[in-house]
Amino acid sequence: MNNDEIRKAVGSWLDDNWSADMSLVEWRDILVDGGWAAPHWPEEFFGRGFTQEQAALVSDVFTEKGAVGAAHAGPRRLAAETILAQGSDTQKKRYLRPILTGKEAWCQLFSEPGSGSDLAGASTKAELIDGRWIVNGQKVWTTSAHHADYGILLARTDWDLPKHQGLSYFLINMRQPGVEVRPLRQMNGHASFNEVFMTDAEVPSEDLIGGQGNGWAVAATTLSFERRGFALSRSAGEIKGAKVGRVYDEYEAELAVANEPYTWYPQRQGRVDLVVPRAIETGAIKDPQVRQEIARLISMSKGARLASAAAEQKRRAGTNEIIPAGSIGKLAASVIARQAAHVHTMITGADAMLSGPDSAAQGIIAETLISVPAISIAGGTDEIQRNIIAERVLGMPKELRSDTGPFRDIKRNTS
Amino acid sequence: MQTEFTEDQQQFREIVSRFLRDKSPTSAVRQLMATEQGFDPAVWQQLSGELGLAGAHIPESYGGFGFGPVELGIAAEEMGRYLYCGPFFASSVMAGYALMAAAFEPQKEKLLPAIARGETIATLVLDDLNSPDRVGHAISAVDDILSGIASLVVDAHIADVLVVIASTGEDLGLYLVDSSAEGVVIEKREVLDPTRKLSSVRFAEVKAEKIGEVSMVSLNQAWDQICVALAHEMIGGAQYLLDSTVEYTKMRVQFGRPIGSFQALKHRCADLLMEVEFARAATHHAARCLDAGEGEPYIASMVKAMASDTYMNAARAGIQLRGGIGFTWENDTHLWFKRAKSSEVFMGTPHLHRERMMTIMEANTNEQ
Ligand SMILES: Cc1cc2nc3c(=O)[nH]c(=O)nc-3n(C[C@H](O)[C@H](O)[C@H](O)COP(=O)(O)OP(=O)(O)OC[C@H]3O[C@@H](n4cnc5c(N)ncnc54)[C@H](O)[C@@H]3O)c2cc1C
Repeated sequence: MNNDEIRKAVGSWLDDNWSADMSLVEWRDILVDGGWAAPHWPEEFFGRGFTQEQAALVSDVFTEKGAVGAAHAGPRRLAAETILAQGSDTQKKRYLRPILTGKEAWCQLFSEPGSGSDLAGASTKAELIDGRWIVNGQKVWTTSAHHADYGILLARTDWDLPKHQGLSYFLINMRQPGVEVRPLRQMNGHASFNEVFMTDAEVPSEDLIGGQGNGWAVAATTLSFERRGFALSRSAGEIKGAKVGRVYDEYEAELAVANEPYTWYPQRQGRVDLVVPRAIETGAIKDPQVRQEIARLISMSKGARLASAAAEQKRRAGTNEIIPAGSIGKLAASVIARQAAHVHTMITGADAMLSGPDSAAQGIIAETLISVPAISIAGGTDEIQRNIIAERVLGMPKELRSDTGPFRDIKRNTS
Repeated sequence: MQTEFTEDQQQFREIVSRFLRDKSPTSAVRQLMATEQGFDPAVWQQLSGELGLAGAHIPESYGGFGFGPVELGIAAEEMGRYLYCGPFFASSVMAGYALMAAAFEPQKEKLLPAIARGETIATLVLDDLNSPDRVGHAISAVDDILSGIASLVVDAHIADVLVVIASTGEDLGLYLVDSSAEGVVIEKREVLDPTRKLSSVRFAEVKAEKIGEVSMVSLNQAWDQICVALAHEMIGGAQYLLDSTVEYTKMRVQFGRPIGSFQALKHRCADLLMEVEFARAATHHAARCLDAGEGEPYIASMVKAMASDTYMNAARAGIQLRGGIGFTWENDTHLWFKRAKSSEVFMGTPHLHRERMMTIMEANTNEQ
């Protein structure tokens, strides 16, 4: 199909099927059955095998018609893309649909108190006992765990193999007695991440993904999607027009819950969009030093966007690896966020001592200044991205390792 | 001019440091920052009465200790390290310096001793906290009646008296108002750094006592003195962040080794050490310049900018090198991060200070 045909096809399908008077679940079932929930997915699993560009076109038509799309908020997309890429057919059949309809929410159970950057150092233990995996251990910084029905879990199944080889990847039900979620408060006052304690938590044997001992390869798939996601914008198209009808109400309610942990995410990106309006509003736009810094910021931000578009094109042509491009985008996002915070500080001056609704941009500037430090940590730190870029993109010699040999003999944090 | 600390000064630092280690641990900081008042009056009394810190820089003839900017700097530096919560900066540093720079003799004699003893808490009401050039635009005095608003006043909520700089038309005057006087409205504001409380202060035709004349020279002098004290506070905080962060990198293990063994982190810490050393040496030098009345005329702005950048770099590294834990509320690093951010813009952003530095340097070069 060419672009016009796609627009026409989705448009007429929406004319025939979309109505705001259904329940959200009813509508999303129709949407999934119609094949328009995830058009870039393969045909045998709810999609149409479209390119990202074609999928974006579909999403535009949804926006124009005021139609609600598939559920997208939170880490569920990471789970979906991973299951799609590495899962068995049974897993795809079981899990993908409720992700699209929004029936099931997900979280990412990777980081542990003792292993963050060194994800492959995970020491949460999974043992196969009587045909079920029994999981014991602790995860941390788990965003959205308090809303999640399922989690993608990295756990150790073999302690005698070298660390990357002893890991396995599971899909775990969060709503069971063996899983306890405790919220963690952040320096910006929000509590979007959690500690997750697993005590004899159970995973059915068929919910191991990618095979025993292949956890690291599966995790790499998840991480590459995650890092790419940092460079892309999070907001799905805002729906236009008056939003009257049951679907809208239920959609708003879904978003309110699902987006609760993410209200500050635009702020951690530095709110580049507010820089010029704020400079004009405060008169700082006349300050030659501020002008220089704004120009520097906009140049960085444009450069990163253009480079990522170019990488995306190469990727589509099948010539580029995903992870390095993702790492550059992730690193760029944090450099840009820091420069934006710097410029906001210059523009705001002494008023940046304030926070809350009566402060600059109704508190958004203050929240930006104390949220930006997260972007260079979450999803893999700047230092780790630089290592990946140096070693995998530039092909520089690898760091000498001191964590080879059986996992149980490697030096670890004691706590 | 002095180039190093005397033995007495080193002892003084030891005493202050020991006191604060005892009275201002982070548990106390966290507890106080969540209270309405934001400070512990008993500790403030000890700090002023027993240690004499509130009057460190105030001459003996006005009831102070008779030390100078160097000792005041020592006290501020240690307070910055321990994030001391109390009216020291507002009352002793800001109001104290403004009074010494611009008040008439009888008012100095009346006000300074009570401030030096910590019995009176004063604060300086400036209608602009960015640059001395902008002071006097929002508060006016007509026949000693004050009108207008200052939107950012440190510790006004606990101040007994307000020392106000207001415009009289052509000039600036120094005024004294009781904080409970009729027509004074003090409203607490939500702050980025909960260890430094701010309020807005509004004057609706308030009868005030005129206590001095403020010239651009005296205003800039007080501004400089306040900035040098603030720079001390900032390098104290930066040093704490550097120390605690380096410690953390020695303990935390990833990839089978302490993270401090990764060159990326070593280099960042080494750069930071260099920056902290430069900012501290320059800041100590600035205090000696003020003390001796000589040295680079732009030194105050230079060190305010250096200390601001250094503190923010230390704060960013402090969080980054701790990873996820550094971004949590439970970890203490954010307390210093917020103080660093708030201090960066308090009394002028680094870029305004570098501009001011160059203006002063240019004027002085032309004169010669
Ligand atoms: C807002 C937020 C949301 C998050 N959400 C999730 C989530 O949903 N699920 C999840 O699993 N995790 C999540 N994380 C965790 C995040 O992925 C980890 O915090 C991150 O990977 C760093 O790990 P760490 O915190 O253990 O720090 P550490 O790994 O201990 O790092 C400490 C410091 O050491 C440096 N360092 C470590 N190794 C090297 C090296 N080889 N070379 C140079 N420097 C090195 C790091 O760069 C860092 O500066 C989240 C984190 C944040 C801040």
